[in-house]
Amino acid sequence: MSAPASPSDSATETPAAPRAPLRSRLGFSGRTLVIAVPMLWLLLFFLIPFFVLGRISLSDPMLARPPYTPLFDRGPDGVLEFLGDLENYALLWADTLYRNAYLSSIGIAFTSTVFALLIGYPIAYYIARSPEPRRTILLLLVILPFWTSFLLRVYAWMGFLQREGLINSFLLWVGVVDAPLQMMQTTFAVQLGIVYTYLPFMILPLYANLTKIDDAFFEAAADLGASPLVTFLTVTLPLSIPGIIAGCMLVFIPAIGEYVIPALLGGPDTLMIGRVLWDEFFSARDWPVAASVAIVMLFLVVAPVMWLQDYLDRRGLKG
Amino acid sequence: MRKGWTLPILAGLGFVFLYAPIVALVVFSFNESRLVTVWAGFSTRWYVALFTDRQILNAAWVSLQIAVASATLASILGVLAALVLARFGRFRGRLLLTGMTTAPLVMPEVITGLSLLLLFVSMEQLIGWPAGRGKLTVIIAHTTFCLAFVAVIAQSRLRDMDKSLEEAAQDLGAGPVRVFFDVTLPVIAPAIVAGWLLAFTLSLDDLVIASFVSGPGASTLPMVVFSKVRLGVSPDVNALATIIIAFVAVSVALAGWLLYRQARRRARRE
Repeated sequence: MSAPASPSDSATETPAAPRAPLRSRLGFSGRTLVIAVPMLWLLLFFLIPFFVLGRISLSDPMLARPPYTPLFDRGPDGVLEFLGDLENYALLWADTLYRNAYLSSIGIAFTSTVFALLIGYPIAYYIARSPEPRRTILLLLVILPFWTSFLLRVYAWMGFLQREGLINSFLLWVGVVDAPLQMMQTTFAVQLGIVYTYLPFMILPLYANLTKIDDAFFEAAADLGASPLVTFLTVTLPLSIPGIIAGCMLVFIPAIGEYVIPALLGGPDTLMIGRVLWDEFFSARDWPVAASVAIVMLFLVVAPVMWLQDYLDRRGLKG
Repeated sequence: MRKGWTLPILAGLGFVFLYAPIVALVVFSFNESRLVTVWAGFSTRWYVALFTDRQILNAAWVSLQIAVASATLASILGVLAALVLARFGRFRGRLLLTGMTTAPLVMPEVITGLSLLLLFVSMEQLIGWPAGRGKLTVIIAHTTFCLAFVAVIAQSRLRDMDKSLEEAAQDLGAGPVRVFFDVTLPVIAPAIVAGWLLAFTLSLDDLVIASFVSGPGASTLPMVVFSKVRLGVSPDVNALATIIIAFVAVSVALAGWLLYRQARRRARRE
């Protein structure tokens, strides 16, 4: 090797690499190239877009192509002026529509997460305690809907919940109700849709966690005379908390920004921020306001994600 | 209360909840009537309607092209990212790359879609590329968010795999490129296939991001289906759903059977 080895090279897990043929030919190592390709792609198409988003959130809408004002402009005296302002953020703060949309998104996401946990936990626990091959089959049954279209799974509930839908037909036939219930276009329908479509995200981390619990714990609890319910509450449940947290986050975080479910199952009064953003962009054509809605939403989502990452890292370190 | 039955019953109800809407969807795709809730006799007319609907067929073709292209690109970039994160030790920008390969997993689609669209518009303004929006911009967007899923799967496989294999190859004089193609790649191939399939499905399934970054003439299948179901329930969508479900069910059953056979053969050998 002609050039002195850089400190980063020595940290590679490929200790024996006496040759650096690419480096001598190209002036940089193959290692750098391998790092650069995914890095540059993600910088350009993942990170930079957020800066563009931030920049446009400072502009005002304008009837032009693209439909927003430039950030800098030469004034009459030729001096470059900064034209951006925080007007859009002031609007988000002042207009109760946006504030309510953020709050109601969090509320809907929270309720849905709780119900997903209540439905998902017994399924995950049952699968984890099943013998093979039943375990694999049940696991495939949980994953199967996940591989079919998300949009069509939401659509499936439209046929169930509508006025002349199956649930109403059944209730009328049994005689529980005299008139069909209004279930479509309600917040309830949105929550149901979220629970339904995100259930695999709840079950899989829970299952992964529950299978890792050593059976000896259950046997010990039984030997010491604990009833199944007591065993569950004092042994299983505390040990499965990491799975519960991971599952809840995987449901809660994407549910906040959900658009398709409120658009198809929600009513005009079901406020969700993803839908507000969509309407600002596609109906009102106000790109700057849509961008500022996205920026605020980003912070709303990033906070729980960072907390989750930190939590998982700490658990990982403890073993 | 007999405890032994509580769990199976609760789990069973959970599975009913998961599958009842799907079963109803499939059953009513064979319904004669336009009403998707009143049974009026068996018919395959909605399948005929589906296969003569040019708009749906075109959109399906567009979606398929986009999904194959972005799954392939995402697999290549995702494996590179996973390799860098799992094998390259420390380097400048490691934390940044870790963040950029995990963040798309939880990023709300509306944010990804809007920010990428604004990027494309700004880029067009600045350098004239990409000129307009269409299949290419959707492929770029899908590659970016699918990449993260491939990277996660490939990374966990790389962490689990026996590193002594790579070390042995190195001791025998293979360079890093040769080690990767002759040793690492064959070992992690199943993970790459799984990642590709996941990326393919995610791309085929995406409505929100595509709606933002697509342009005229490049409507994907979910975009067309969404505009249809927004107006209400329509039986040809049921027919489409049934075809997709049947395809997925057969594939998953086949994969499950292969895995099961492999596991049994391995068990017998030991």
